[in-house]
Amino acid sequence: MAHSPSATQAGAIPGSAMAGILRDAALYALVAFGLCVPIISYRTEAGPGSDLLLVPRWGLVASLCAAIFVVRILQRLILLRRDARRALTPSPAQATEAVHGEPDAGQKTSRFGLWMFVGVALTLPLIATLATGGLSSARYWIDLGILILTYVMLGWGLNIVVGLAGLLDLGYVAFYAVGAYSYALLSTTFGLSFWICLPLAGVFAGLWGMLLGFPVLRLRGDYLAIVTLAFGEIIRLVLINWTDVTGGGAGISSIPRATFFGIPFSAGEDGFAARFGIPYDSMHRLVFLYYLILALALFTNFVTLRLRRLPIGRAWEALREDEIACRSLGIDTTATKLTAFALGAAFGGIAGSFFAVRQGFISPESFNFLESAIILAIVVLGGMGSQVGVAIAAVAMVGGPEMLRNLGFLKAVFGEGFDPNEYRLLLFGLAMVAMMVWRPRGLISERLPSVSLGKRRAVSGAHVSEGHG
Amino acid sequence: MSVAGINVLVEETRAIQAGAKPPLLAVRDVSTYYGSVAALRGVDIDVADGEIVTLIGANGAGKSTLMMTIFGSPQARTGTITYDGRDITRLPTHAIARLGIAQSPEGRRVFPRMSVFENLQMGASLHGERHFQEDLEKVCTLFPRVKERLHQRAGTMSGGEQQMLAIARALMSRPRLLLLDEPSLGLAPLVVKGIFDAIKELNRTDGMTIFLVEQNAYHALKLAHRGYVLVNGRVTMSGTGRALLDDPNVKAAYLEGGHTGPVGA
Repeated sequence: MAHSPSATQAGAIPGSAMAGILRDAALYALVAFGLCVPIISYRTEAGPGSDLLLVPRWGLVASLCAAIFVVRILQRLILLRRDARRALTPSPAQATEAVHGEPDAGQKTSRFGLWMFVGVALTLPLIATLATGGLSSARYWIDLGILILTYVMLGWGLNIVVGLAGLLDLGYVAFYAVGAYSYALLSTTFGLSFWICLPLAGVFAGLWGMLLGFPVLRLRGDYLAIVTLAFGEIIRLVLINWTDVTGGGAGISSIPRATFFGIPFSAGEDGFAARFGIPYDSMHRLVFLYYLILALALFTNFVTLRLRRLPIGRAWEALREDEIACRSLGIDTTATKLTAFALGAAFGGIAGSFFAVRQGFISPESFNFLESAIILAIVVLGGMGSQVGVAIAAVAMVGGPEMLRNLGFLKAVFGEGFDPNEYRLLLFGLAMVAMMVWRPRGLISERLPSVSLGKRRAVSGAHVSEGHG
Repeated sequence: MSVAGINVLVEETRAIQAGAKPPLLAVRDVSTYYGSVAALRGVDIDVADGEIVTLIGANGAGKSTLMMTIFGSPQARTGTITYDGRDITRLPTHAIARLGIAQSPEGRRVFPRMSVFENLQMGASLHGERHFQEDLEKVCTLFPRVKERLHQRAGTMSGGEQQMLAIARALMSRPRLLLLDEPSLGLAPLVVKGIFDAIKELNRTDGMTIFLVEQNAYHALKLAHRGYVLVNGRVTMSGTGRALLDDPNVKAAYLEGGHTGPVGA
């Protein structure tokens, strides 16, 4: 650092660098302007007659370009400072150094964060009740919690396939659908209880996973992605068109509710409330569902973490790294891939049957490609293979848009016609771009070696080539 | 190597060719194609138990293809490959690996995101925990550099260290036959020497059979008991390492005009 006196020190940015940043930001603003002209600069409105009027909106264009100019400058400055700081304090995981044994500050925070996360998840119904002043008024929060946890579970399930085994699956929602429909059909046709159907749904989805696995065993990367995408669509189209069995587009309704291990959540004599001598409240069922999905999600996590330490889990990770090397070490890549597909699918199926029991109604609408994309985005944003990362990403991806509903006060800023919900996808896109810039390998890109002698050591993700696996 | 030693080897070679002792690995009239392009045309190769056999040849001669064909990927279109009296021509790769053949493939192919230790565990996946510690200590003695880097991410090591890891990983499966594809590729002369010394050591103390594919003809022929020369998918010459080293044709094609003379070795 001696020969570059204070040039990159935090705070002091030389004029030449600043000019470069300004030029760069101006270029960004120009590109933004180019994009805005066809999209934003004029709006069509219905005129007094039946004619269309063009309303110019150059003010909006100008403010957007100005915003992009400023944001780009800020981004460059922040990155510059970060690089300068990193140059001064070498990272503990430099290329040729052995990885550090002591957890660094970031890891300590993430460990603390993990326990806080689990704590909040376990006590959410209580917190929500206390915060909103009643069980019924906490309904919204518990519902949201159930929704998020469903995606956490789906993300963890898909993580086995995509994150661990490195098989890009764009049709994961198919297994979610198989699980949901198998519970719906088994319970409405044969009257089987939820507790029997839950494992059955997992088994069926797992079988479908194998079925998909066989033809795609030879494929990798892009080709695999396309075939799985097609598989997801095929399942959805079958659900729509096989009207005799699936009810077609109308779906299946009046699916039996979940019971407390056989005791229904009803107001009657045999109901849950009466049996346990507490006043009846329709919220009991919801709280039960919340803990059910929490347990299912934690079970998924537990199984994944256990498997990672067993030979099969390591074989998945090795498969992600190098398939040819795997085979030459005597690993049966066919069986390894099939187990990853089947297991990931089974968890998707279990989540699906939970979805069916919660909704009481399912239709093919719920299982479109967008769902697959969201689940995959959760896995990728979370950092491929990281369990905690996936959970955080699920909260952000599912909970984030919900938070937009609570931004009504912004009407004061943007005028009465402002509806924050319309900006969901915009914010989603912004979040994605921010991720690309700041954490291109996902929120949590470190992985712990599954087994180590003595102390556990984190293997930093800093040197992983991007897009590998 | 003493003159007497060479004579013994020559005798042995003759004995093998006479069919007195069946070879551990026998490649018979093997042809391999990539689509319609022939990469190997009727190759015959024998590797006897306890031998170091090397296959030398120029770029694109089909050396790596032969190596991969022995391992079942791609499979030979015609001909047979026998290992320990068993026809392995049509077996899938992982099944061949389970018979006691291990490979350090071309380009090393270590698992870059896994630690060195985990890479070695992957190598031992056929045996699990049974004699893992023992084998780990053994490869660490053979390659002290690997021991130093046990908890480092494999992808961050130097090329030479990765090559050592690739061999160490292959050894973790306790192979009877070790296939090495260009272990000297892209490495500094001193590192190459270290690796070749280790190969010699494995053969001498453990009696491991080694089939070595090399472009570095001088070192390979010096190390090997016997050698084959592959040109355009055909074996054009074979003999003891010493005989091939002294052969004027081999000298002209692979030693003198080539990149690997005895300079400084």
